[in-house]
Amino acid sequence: MSEHEDAPAPGDVEVLGAAGGAPAGGGPGTGDGHDPEAVRLPAAPADDPHLQEAARHPRRVEGIVGLSFLIGIAGVCAFGGAYVESAGTQVYAATLFIGLFFLGFGLTAWGKYLMPRGPFVEERHPMESSARDRQAMAAALVERTGIVVRRRKVLGGLLVTGLGCFGIVAAFPLLRSLGPKPGSSLFKTNWKKGSLLVDINGKPVHRTDMQVGGLLTVFPKGKQSTTTAQAVDQTVLIRVQSTTLVTMKGRGDWAPDGYVAYSKVCTHLGCPVGLYEQELELLVCPCHQSMFNVRDGAFPVFGPAPRPLPQLPIYFDSTGFLRARRGFDQPVGPGFWERTTIGNGKASAT
Amino acid sequence: MAMTDGRPRTRREARRALGPYGRIQQAVNELDDRVGIAKGGRVLLDKIFPDHWSFMLGEVALYSFVVLVATGIFLTLYYVPSSSIVVYHGVYKPLDGMKMSGAYESTVNLSFAVRAGLLMRQMHHWAADVFVGSIVVHMARIFFTGAFRKPRELNWTIGITLLILAILNGFIGYSLPDDLISGTGIRIAYSILLSIPFVGSYLAFFLFGGPYPGTIILERFYIVHVLILPLIIIGLIGAHLGLLVRQKHTQFPGHGRTEHNVVGSPLFPQFAAKTTGFMLMVTGVLGVLGGYAQINPIWQFGPYQPPKISYAVQPDWYMGFLDGALRIMPSWQWTGWGHTIPWEVFLPAVVFPGLVFNICLMWPALERRFTKDYEMHNLLDRPRDRPKRTAAGAAMIGLLFTVFAASSTDVLANYFQVSLNEVLWFFRVAVVVVPIVTGLVTWKVCVEMQHVPGAVKRKRAMVVSRTAEGEYVAVPAPERPGDEHHELEPEPVPVRIELEPETVGASGTASTGEPGVRRVVRG
Repeated sequence: MSEHEDAPAPGDVEVLGAAGGAPAGGGPGTGDGHDPEAVRLPAAPADDPHLQEAARHPRRVEGIVGLSFLIGIAGVCAFGGAYVESAGTQVYAATLFIGLFFLGFGLTAWGKYLMPRGPFVEERHPMESSARDRQAMAAALVERTGIVVRRRKVLGGLLVTGLGCFGIVAAFPLLRSLGPKPGSSLFKTNWKKGSLLVDINGKPVHRTDMQVGGLLTVFPKGKQSTTTAQAVDQTVLIRVQSTTLVTMKGRGDWAPDGYVAYSKVCTHLGCPVGLYEQELELLVCPCHQSMFNVRDGAFPVFGPAPRPLPQLPIYFDSTGFLRARRGFDQPVGPGFWERTTIGNGKASAT
Repeated sequence: MAMTDGRPRTRREARRALGPYGRIQQAVNELDDRVGIAKGGRVLLDKIFPDHWSFMLGEVALYSFVVLVATGIFLTLYYVPSSSIVVYHGVYKPLDGMKMSGAYESTVNLSFAVRAGLLMRQMHHWAADVFVGSIVVHMARIFFTGAFRKPRELNWTIGITLLILAILNGFIGYSLPDDLISGTGIRIAYSILLSIPFVGSYLAFFLFGGPYPGTIILERFYIVHVLILPLIIIGLIGAHLGLLVRQKHTQFPGHGRTEHNVVGSPLFPQFAAKTTGFMLMVTGVLGVLGGYAQINPIWQFGPYQPPKISYAVQPDWYMGFLDGALRIMPSWQWTGWGHTIPWEVFLPAVVFPGLVFNICLMWPALERRFTKDYEMHNLLDRPRDRPKRTAAGAAMIGLLFTVFAASSTDVLANYFQVSLNEVLWFFRVAVVVVPIVTGLVTWKVCVEMQHVPGAVKRKRAMVVSRTAEGEYVAVPAPERPGDEHHELEPEPVPVRIELEPETVGASGTASTGEPGVRRVVRG
């Protein structure tokens, strides 16, 4: 191996990651007897007017990069210390930032100002193959498929049928096992004839419990604490001045003593209609600002909701507690394909 | 490097036998023997990355995703996707004794009881917001410069798919804590599924395992959020970058730049140093955001309960355009023949985003058809040189920004003390007017800019000063060294460091007499 005698020592042959100051052609680290142009990518000389100001002073940049790395090391170590000491979120964040940002800043500056800047050029080689290769590919696809299809039509057909069947057969149970069919469940709530109105803690509502302007979210007794039931059963009970209440046709006995009960599920997207504008007697959905007129069948007066909130018919039982006459006469909540047209009536004159 | 006789006897000899590149040469040889990396690896190291700053936007997205994965792994160690109800007795006293889902409890616990847990959670959330944001800005750069043109249509499509998946996974991740606001978001998502004609109720029931809310949605969202979507996203990012390497970068026109080359910095070491440094800086900045800019303080919202809701409910920024569209949509349901089509939901929440993303996906094909331009393009357009495309993009941004702003109708009405009705109608008008006006103005500005003489050139500054008499005079600023070269770029040099051919002679450079090891610079 003696012919390698005058090969450069490994330390001298870093090709691209040359010693700092590489852009400065005559800078430090090049006086090692080699022709620097031969071992390094060609780089702009230090007085090249295209170089950014910083790149003309590699020593200064080296200093900044070094300082940046030192700060970064301190930051990373401090992050470790902060973690050990449980110093708190802000201290972790500050030390993590100082550590990573300054390490990154130093490295970026190193790459930007201390490495040969070029600009370098790379040729693009056409990606496409020759016309002949393209034809060969198409020929392979067509001819070989042709052989299969022409000679083994039945076998090919059977294979495709089999795979197709498997696809269909696999898709159905996979989808089907994800959940039950909707069936009639979107049409139902747990409100039934005689359901006692209770609040979320199970306390029933007596006719003397609420003042005019009062509002309470109620559920059918026994279903007040399960989330799935709450999601459909939630009903808002409001007491308004019974004289101002517009009684719709067929709803004469639905609102005793000014107590009205409407589904709390917005007919737009199902958010709870949780805001009550007492003076205007409007129920407002905080999601998309649909507003429902409490005095007049909860018809929407503003916003994207297309239908009134379904009304729950209620009455006082013999002991003075509120009960439902029956369930809602229509599905609660947002619209869906299977929903029938019930409940789309026009608002009565206000 | 043929060995002439037996094995080397001393270490010095062994080292010499490896040639001038020592251990690294040995490692390369060992790997190349087995997987053949030398040729391709060399090409990769030489890959040129353009130096223009706008090529950094995609890097922001990539590194936000790295932070998302890293912090996300941390969060999976503590988060429990459970819908079962527990009573909280943790370190955060205001919630003590409250009933909540296991998911909410574990999120509160990992925020307060796990060391650096809150930092990780907030970094994760910020990284998601920055991820989607940087994808959008990156996409705008690609669009306005025409980088999506042939041969890069496929990568454009992959990019749009990544954006959709990022938004989707962002929404699902935001839903996992099961707090009052995210629970309402899930409720809205369920209702949007319901609105789809024919199959809506089936889709909703299959996703939720029955009627809303059921007990399984958090578990399903969890596995989708931490495994299924991230896997697809990682695969698509791989394809995105693979195509980028295969097709090479686009570049802006400039001195020495043609359709047939790329000018910039090689992957190794310049770009590697800059981009690694940049990754560290992005992580550091996300760390600061995570530690100092509170985001999604779920302990203030409280656990989700179906009958409860809070005021001014707003989703993460990237869902804002859907929320705004839902708000300004008139209540146009259709009913008949015993069926309902809730257009008031289906149009803004399903059809509208579907149209937007499909226009984006099909744009390269549409543009090809209208311009009859079927050529390969590696040089980028300046936006002003393509007024129609730039106007179309600006109109789309105008439209999306308007519906995004419309997601805060209630807040705006409160802030400006005007009626909600006026704000609503303002946006209903604006959503039509703003895109048209933005598009026309952009088109006009582009056309005008094309006609400004010397708009390309950088002008020397003028210094305005006042004389003792009070007269203002403008004189050209003193010349800086290199001013005369300012618009010119240096001649790009080939990146490849060619080894001299084994047969000595042709290259004409000085040879040290060792075949195969002497390097010359220009290929």
